[in-house]
Amino acid sequence: MISAKHKTGLVFFPAFDWAISPTHPEREERLLYTQDQVFEEGILDIDGITEYKAGLVDIKDIQRVHFCAPDEPSVMTKSHFISAGGAKTIADAVMKKKIERGFALVRPPGHHAMRVVHGGRGFCNINNEAIMIEYLRSAYKIDRVAIIDTDCHHGDGTQDIYWHDPDTLFISLHQDGRTLYPGSGFPEEVGGPMAAGATLNVPLPPYTSAEGFLHVIKELALPILEEFKPDIIVNSAGQDNHFTDPLTNMNFSAQGYADLTRLLKPDIAVLEGGYSIEGALPYVNLGIILAMAGIDYSNVREPDYNPENLRQSAQISRMVEKTCDTVMSNWRARQLLRNRMKGGKAFDKRRRNIMYDTDGIYETQNETIRICNDCAGALRIDSSADTGRHILAVHVPRKACHACQEQGLEWFDGASTGSYDAIFLQNRVDDTYLIRKK
Amino acid sequence: MIIGLDVGGTHTDIVLVGDNGLLRKIKVPTDTAALFKTVLSGIEKITENIPPEKIRHAVLSTTLTTNAIVQNKLPPVGMIISGGPGLDPVLFQTNPHYFTISGSIDHSGREIEPIETTQVEDIARHLKSDGIRHVGVVGKFSARNPSHELQISEILTPHFDKIFLGHRISGHLNFPRRIHTAFLNASVYPIHKEFFEAVKASLHQKGLSIPIYILKADGGTMRFDASIDFPGQSILSGPSASVMGSVAFAPADKEIIVMDIGGSTTDMAVLIKQTPLLCPLGIEIGPYKTLIRALNSHSIGIGGDSVVRLEGTALKIGPDRMGRALAYGGPVLTPTDALFVLGKGEGGDREKSVQGLTPIAQKMGLSVEAAAFEIFDLACQDILTAAREMIGRINGKPVYTIKEVLENYQIMPRHIMVIGGPAPYFAEHMEQISEFTALKVPQWSVANAIGTALSRTTCEMTLFADTQKGIAMAPEEAFSKSIPASFTKKDALEMGHDLLRQKALQNGADMNDLDVDVLEELEFNMVRGFRFTGKNIRVKLQIKPGLIHNYKMITDKISAL
Ligand SMILES: [Zn+2]
Ligand SMILES: [Zn+2]
Repeated sequence: MISAKHKTGLVFFPAFDWAISPTHPEREERLLYTQDQVFEEGILDIDGITEYKAGLVDIKDIQRVHFCAPDEPSVMTKSHFISAGGAKTIADAVMKKKIERGFALVRPPGHHAMRVVHGGRGFCNINNEAIMIEYLRSAYKIDRVAIIDTDCHHGDGTQDIYWHDPDTLFISLHQDGRTLYPGSGFPEEVGGPMAAGATLNVPLPPYTSAEGFLHVIKELALPILEEFKPDIIVNSAGQDNHFTDPLTNMNFSAQGYADLTRLLKPDIAVLEGGYSIEGALPYVNLGIILAMAGIDYSNVREPDYNPENLRQSAQISRMVEKTCDTVMSNWRARQLLRNRMKGGKAFDKRRRNIMYDTDGIYETQNETIRICNDCAGALRIDSSADTGRHILAVHVPRKACHACQEQGLEWFDGASTGSYDAIFLQNRVDDTYLIRKK
Repeated sequence: MIIGLDVGGTHTDIVLVGDNGLLRKIKVPTDTAALFKTVLSGIEKITENIPPEKIRHAVLSTTLTTNAIVQNKLPPVGMIISGGPGLDPVLFQTNPHYFTISGSIDHSGREIEPIETTQVEDIARHLKSDGIRHVGVVGKFSARNPSHELQISEILTPHFDKIFLGHRISGHLNFPRRIHTAFLNASVYPIHKEFFEAVKASLHQKGLSIPIYILKADGGTMRFDASIDFPGQSILSGPSASVMGSVAFAPADKEIIVMDIGGSTTDMAVLIKQTPLLCPLGIEIGPYKTLIRALNSHSIGIGGDSVVRLEGTALKIGPDRMGRALAYGGPVLTPTDALFVLGKGEGGDREKSVQGLTPIAQKMGLSVEAAAFEIFDLACQDILTAAREMIGRINGKPVYTIKEVLENYQIMPRHIMVIGGPAPYFAEHMEQISEFTALKVPQWSVANAIGTALSRTTCEMTLFADTQKGIAMAPEEAFSKSIPASFTKKDALEMGHDLLRQKALQNGADMNDLDVDVLEELEFNMVRGFRFTGKNIRVKLQIKPGLIHNYKMITDKISAL
């Protein structure tokens, strides 16, 4: 008989009736062969592994994280409600101690979805992990959260949402942005003035293999987690680092993903990308599930797996080690960085252009954050898109000080409805979301 | 006329039904040690003075194979397993003669590694020298490509009496369950074959050459001759006998929980508009999880003979049973004794029940009658709690499409049907203390045998088509066929219909009972390198459990009594 060492929950939601378009990588067929493999291996019969039915998130769950223009239903499909709902279902089961760990095998993915949403980018519309985490923070006594994003693409959406949050550690391992979408995720991207060092980016050269990935986990992620002391660890478990993935250039394997999961011990894993639907996903998912449950996975192997062919060069090893050193020093210097970025200013501003490749939308943001020594700082985003929509988004962080709450209200009340299609106030202190319109 | 015979743990019920309703019914004690005698004498008695040509067939539900498994009295068999990468098949070891060999097939049915024939030959020699005559052969993903199992079978065939191949067992993907199912089939095969051949021969000798059907765990029947290749189908038919018996009297438009209160357990199942719900994969018995189709029935350790204890100040019933009730000379206090004390027992010695209950009643500070009522009430509460949990589990079953999530179909039974035990008392009390309305089951004490007699032949069929490879296959039916690139889901459904009807008729179905029901129909565009390359089509069809077409004529007469 076989039983899980760690009680593990699964939500499997393959959305067999949803695709971005008929031949898009994010299509009905994507998790079909994963389902075949998981069923044939009898995973769901294992003592200590439980499958849960995916729930749905509601508008309120989304409004804790996003500002959707013009509104939530317009920028998402039913499948997004269920995909994020699946993550929420798993998180609930973990918090209620029905399971020790959980894996939401859901699609569509979410880690490219930023705080402001005008449409879909990088196959993502809403951020499944962030919605789950902010739900946990509202419903349970969860404060500090670590997100380790192991998708091959930089998790720029998650980074954006937590850019100013010192209580959320975001570490992204991804293929170097100079060689892959979305083109960001460099070590110098460390977060805003109140949260610098809580965002850590580890770009990896193309053809990095298990050795490189595991080096980052062991030498960088684990020591930092040890210091950060998160209440929960979330893994954005993208599987497109696989050597057979058609969209990327990495040399990771099912064994590697399983080893990574065993080392990282995430409380919750949420599937992100991964488009080698026959040659990788069935085996990577199997490896991750077994590793989470503490079951021997040493015999999980892709049909075309040959570790000799996947060995990384000495040059790659050196580059990975160097990047880890740089990122580690950013982490160590985080207090210094924060002080320097605050620099005695009252406000910090940045202007950004954001491309929504999936929906072909172009957005310009003017962001203002109140520099604060007592909290994460009130945030104001003036966003206009070439859809013609112009919104003002005000975010008051969860543990906002009195002054920042006042600042948020002032921005919200003071803005003229004549200048914007809508003005939003996302107040995380009292968990409300207000809208003003013409 | 049809004979229905249901062997239970303590009683065997036999009925004879026909156009005039329930013609005869008999209840005899089950002699587990001499099951053959029980069955044979039962059939003889029920057919006394009836001309054999008037009997269409007999349907038997026995505990033969179930008991052999539960009591671990299975003859030795050989198992040959080809797993390939993934979980180590040693984890699913069923028996000492269990061998894992090389060879691997992936989820698409592609051969990754061939099997080594010399390895199989060595194992065959070994098994043979150990006197093994029946072998199970199972490969991972054999339901997608049976070639390895067939190859192994070819090597084994000359040396063994019977070989059970995994891909013929079920179209479901679940390697460990396929192993367990093949093992159980191989193990119960000689027991099943010998028993029914003996029954047939004896009946023949007595001039009763009637077709024999067995009842299956899915509430359907199968001709005995066809069951020789799938003897595992006879396992755990008991619960389905009762459920099918209640189908006969269930209103056509309601959702109902059927509760069969037995000696040591209460078995529960759900009827949706006269169709029992099936469990997703198959029966679980002892350490075995299988792909043997079964009703979604749930069993709890509370029955008429369960042990009643006082733990501190709290009453506790079951889950164990130590024998019959005190009233019938048993060793410990039971819910049946509580009924005796309440004046609702039949045939036993009420005084013994009172004696047994007195110390507990004193500790509880109650009269014996009040204590008896507490016990009876608790048994009802426990059963109701388990029923509500079962409904919760059924409604919590994961679904994989947006359509199903949004439809969020939930069952909400508002009615119960109670059979077995002293059903009317339980039904009446449960109605009083719950949200459920109790529906009457006429002839509740032999409903199980009536259900056995009236059940139709059921079966399931899985077809898998890949237009990129140009092939449609149903390995379970030993079927594969070339298809054109233009093949659609509609074509697959048609092909599946034909295969299912053939299978049903082979298994003994009546031409009038071939209602085909679609369990699954999926069609995926396969895209490789951003280009459409073909369709991946999967259909699963069944003849669902139900009653034979002319049952109403019979049951209306039974209800009218
Ligand atoms: Zn990705
Ligand atoms: Zn502040």
